[in-house]
Parts: sequence; C-alpha cells; structure tokens
Amino acid sequence: MSTIHVEIVSAEGEIYSGDAEMVVAPASLGDVGITPRHAPLMTNLRPGEVRIKVPDEDDEIFIYVTGGVLEVQPHLVTVLADSALHGDQLDEQAALDAHKLAEAELAGAAGKEDIEHAQMQLVEAAARYSAAQKLKGRRS
Amino acid sequence: MANLKEIRTKIGSVKNTQKITKAMEMVAASKMRRTQQRMQETRPYADKIRTVIGHLYQANPEYRHPFLVEREVKRVGYIVVTTDRGLCGGLNVNTFRALLKDMKEWRDKDVEVDLCLIGAKGVQFFRNLDVNVVGATTHLGEEPKVADLVGSIKIMLDAYTEGRIDRLYLMHSEFVNTMSQQPEIKTLIPVEAIDAGDLPQHWDYIYEPDAVDLLDAVLMRYIESQVYRATIENVACEMASKMVAMKSATDNAVKFIDQLQLDYNKARQAAITQEISEIVGGAAAV
Repeated sequence: MSTIHVEIVSAEGEIYSGDAEMVVAPASLGDVGITPRHAPLMTNLRPGEVRIKVPDEDDEIFIYVTGGVLEVQPHLVTVLADSALHGDQLDEQAALDAHKLAEAELAGAAGKEDIEHAQMQLVEAAARYSAAQKLKGRRS
Repeated sequence: MANLKEIRTKIGSVKNTQKITKAMEMVAASKMRRTQQRMQETRPYADKIRTVIGHLYQANPEYRHPFLVEREVKRVGYIVVTTDRGLCGGLNVNTFRALLKDMKEWRDKDVEVDLCLIGAKGVQFFRNLDVNVVGATTHLGEEPKVADLVGSIKIMLDAYTEGRIDRLYLMHSEFVNTMSQQPEIKTLIPVEAIDAGDLPQHWDYIYEPDAVDLLDAVLMRYIESQVYRATIENVACEMASKMVAMKSATDNAVKFIDQLQLDYNKARQAAITQEISEIVGGAAAV
C-alpha cells in the first residue's frame, strides 16, 4: 500500500515526521481525511486532534493541535500547528480544568470581544478534553 | 615610594575588572547554550513554512496575493534586529556597517529607505542619523515572544499593502558558529521564489474556506516566523559574541596585570638598591 509523508511542526519544534497510510485532520469546515495522491489543498485548522494511521500498526497516532494551517501535496502533508501536543502528553484533568475556567469566563464576560475570546477558549478546552478522553478509552 | 603605591592600586583595579569580565563571560556562555537550543527549536517551523510558501509560489492561483507580486521599487523598508545591550564585540557595528552600505546603494538610485528597529542599540545608533525610522521595539529580553514583535511587523506590512514601501528586507546577525557571526540581509516581501522540487506545471490549491483570507494568514505567519527566528538567532549571536569579547577582555587583563607586576617588582628592586647604596654611602662617610 502506498504511503504519504507527514510532517507536523509547531513554533516550539518538530512534533512528528514519518509516513502514513491516512491522516485525519480537523479542518475549519470539518474533518478531512487525506490518503496518498490527494489533490493539493490548503486549509485552516480548528483545535482538535490529528490522527495518523501508520502502516503495519493497528493503533493510530494522536496529536493534539490548537489550530494552524494544513497543506497537502500529493506526496506530502504539512501541518503548521500553532501549538501541538503528543497524545500521551494530554492531561485529562488539566483539560477539564481549562474547560471549567473557560465556561466561568464566558459567564462573566461582558463585551463582545470578551465573549469571543472566551468562546474560543471553550472550544479549545472542549477539543482537548475530548481528545484526552478518546485516548483514555483506547488505553483501557 | 609613591610610584609603588600607584602601581599597586592599579593592579588591584585591573584585577577587579578582570573578575567582572570573567563572570560576564561565564554568564554569557551558559545563556548561549540555552539560546542556541531555542534557536534550533524554531528551525523546523521556519523551514517548513518556507517550503509551503515555495509550493504556493509555484501554484497558479486565480488570486495573487500582493506579497507575492514584484513591484517597481520607489521606497524600501528594513526590519533591523539588533541587541538591547552592549559589550558584545563588533556584532551590532557589523550589522550597521552592512546596513549603511545597502542603504547608500538604494539612495544612489534615488530610492528612499524606511527603518523599523528591533533592539535598543539600533535605536541609539540611528537617533542621530538622518534616516526615516517608522517603528521601534526594544527590551524584548532573552526570550523574545512573537506577540511582542507583531506590532513592528504590522507597521511594515501595512506600509507595504498601502504602497508606501515596495520591498521589505530583514536584517539580522546570522549565527555561523560560536566564533563567527555575520550580518545577513534577507528579502521578506515580495516573497522570493524558493525551489521546492519538481511539482507539476499547472495546478492550484483547493482553498478552504477561501483563498484571500487563507493566503493572508499563511503569509502573515510566514513573515512572523521569519522575524521571530531572526530575533532568536540574534540573541544567540549576542551571547556568543559577548562570550568571546569578555574572554578576550579577561585575557587582556591577565597580560596587563603581568606587565604591571613586572613594573612593580622593578620599581621595588630599584627602591631597595637605592636604600642600600644610601646606607653604604652613609656608613662610608662616618
């Protein structure tokens, strides 16, 4: 089976580099699945997890991103993440705390900008939490 | 005798200076290691986004972003990255020299130059010169944040979009190795064609949601990452250069002390000899 090269980088460093059978990424208009020989694509990412199906391995690799840009070439997928975490670095409790904090902030937010900011934080926290939970389900 | 005391105080003061330069050398050495590592961490992102821009350049989009289009040059802009503090050898001076040479070449062609300065030394240097400084950011510390740079970057990008400048350069020190740092000038806008390998001739991206916003965001990120990288690299250069400068200052102090010590011993010996000959002369007279 053919593979496609995947590179995930964030401003803090290289997160992942390797070949994959399929990559699923959280694009801003909905999740996209990318297999080899995909048409060139450029899109924004929303907070969520990038899933990488590595050849000859049953488990997928989870990488959590807080947003960024996805570029696809027929032979290459590049994720320019604003910030990225490996699945095993995700802390469920911390994610839940962030979620609560974001909700509290949303309740107390006054101006339009405040609300937008808080909503963004909430979306991010929720995505992080769901990624952490999924990972937990796979572990047990 | 007065001479002896003078030399002794001088040795003392040089020794004190030597202690300070030695301490500064060691501080710079440990900071350099950290900043060098930080510099390496920013490299993959900067490289990857460059490749993406390279792809973008080869695409045949229905929408050409202004940052990708070459214009006739009437006025140019520079983002100049310098250090906040001195005592780092010829690092800033080399940057200024290369910059002034470049600026002169533009002026000879009747092209005006706008500067945006990052770092306090640059601000000091250009304060008394006849140049047009449009923006400045200082005191970013040893861990510059992208958020601190956004303001000055925006000034220059706005100037470009509004047509006030037709080219934007980035000027900073390049970290070759610990012993050598060189000034480097890079063209930021228009984004230069980058060879990105063999891609088919006529193709374009599928843009989601739409090309204008997306390209804006990608190019913005690109420029921010380049300037951020330059700033980080400049800090690493500053530390390396400071370490070398302080090391040679310490070495010079050692040499200086040796020489002073020699002078001191000679003076003391002369004093003793004189005393003895006075005693002998006195005894003979009696």
